[in-house]
Amino acid sequence: MSTTKKFLYINRKAPYGTIYAWEALEVVLIGAAFEQDVSVAFMDDGVFQLVKGQDTSGIGMKNFSPTYAALGDFEITKIYVEKESLEERGLTLDDLQHLVWEDEDEDWAEKDSIRLVSRAELGDVLAEQDVLFNF
Amino acid sequence: MKLTIQVNEGPYQHQSADSAYYFAKAALEKGHEIYRIFFYHDGVNNGTRLTTPPQDDRNIVARWTELAQKHDIDMVLCVAAAQRRGIVDDGEAERNGKDATNIAPGFRISGLGQLVEGGIQSDRLVVFGD
Repeated sequence: MSTTKKFLYINRKAPYGTIYAWEALEVVLIGAAFEQDVSVAFMDDGVFQLVKGQDTSGIGMKNFSPTYAALGDFEITKIYVEKESLEERGLTLDDLQHLVWEDEDEDWAEKDSIRLVSRAELGDVLAEQDVLFNF
Repeated sequence: MKLTIQVNEGPYQHQSADSAYYFAKAALEKGHEIYRIFFYHDGVNNGTRLTTPPQDDRNIVARWTELAQKHDIDMVLCVAAAQRRGIVDDGEAERNGKDATNIAPGFRISGLGQLVEGGIQSDRLVVFGD
């Protein structure tokens, strides 16, 4: 399979309450094996997926949020977070996990994965893609 | 155009299962090719042959089976989603020690890789769901 396409996984739902966020993450992890040009975006209530310090002990659900920190190891280095969605929910970047990846070309320097973008900029990112997975 | 269709919602609960079906049917009538229909999340419930809707209602599962058989379409239920929701074929029954199967004709159970591969191989990936 030699074709490389630009894949964007869009996450729009809160992490718990429905299974969309968890099953979306499963697709992202499986999809990483296909060596495509992958980005992940978080918007609407999806920004809650990245909030740090999640504690699910009261709801009997698996806390899968530590998995997002592993995305860098799957060579997923472009994580877009929509600024307006954060602001509308009273969140800032400081409320989110600090996600990083290691740049092989720069002696494994640690780099930030999260790119804070405006709604309009995210629209441009969407327009550049070949395949949009919408969860 | 070559299409992969993803169905994320269960039948009767949500219109996505209907919209996806009508989209697939219309696309085929227009001469497009459907590379795969992939059922994910509660969408895997589109593939149980045990569904029994009232007689005056549409039979969503039977409708999928008919479409797939008529046009030789690859219809895949995600294995992880199917296991969670109790959709079982012979292989899954044997692997997980279940005493019954319920997969409908025309469907098969496979991995999420089939969805990603559908995205790579098709001109468009069309997603139905919330």
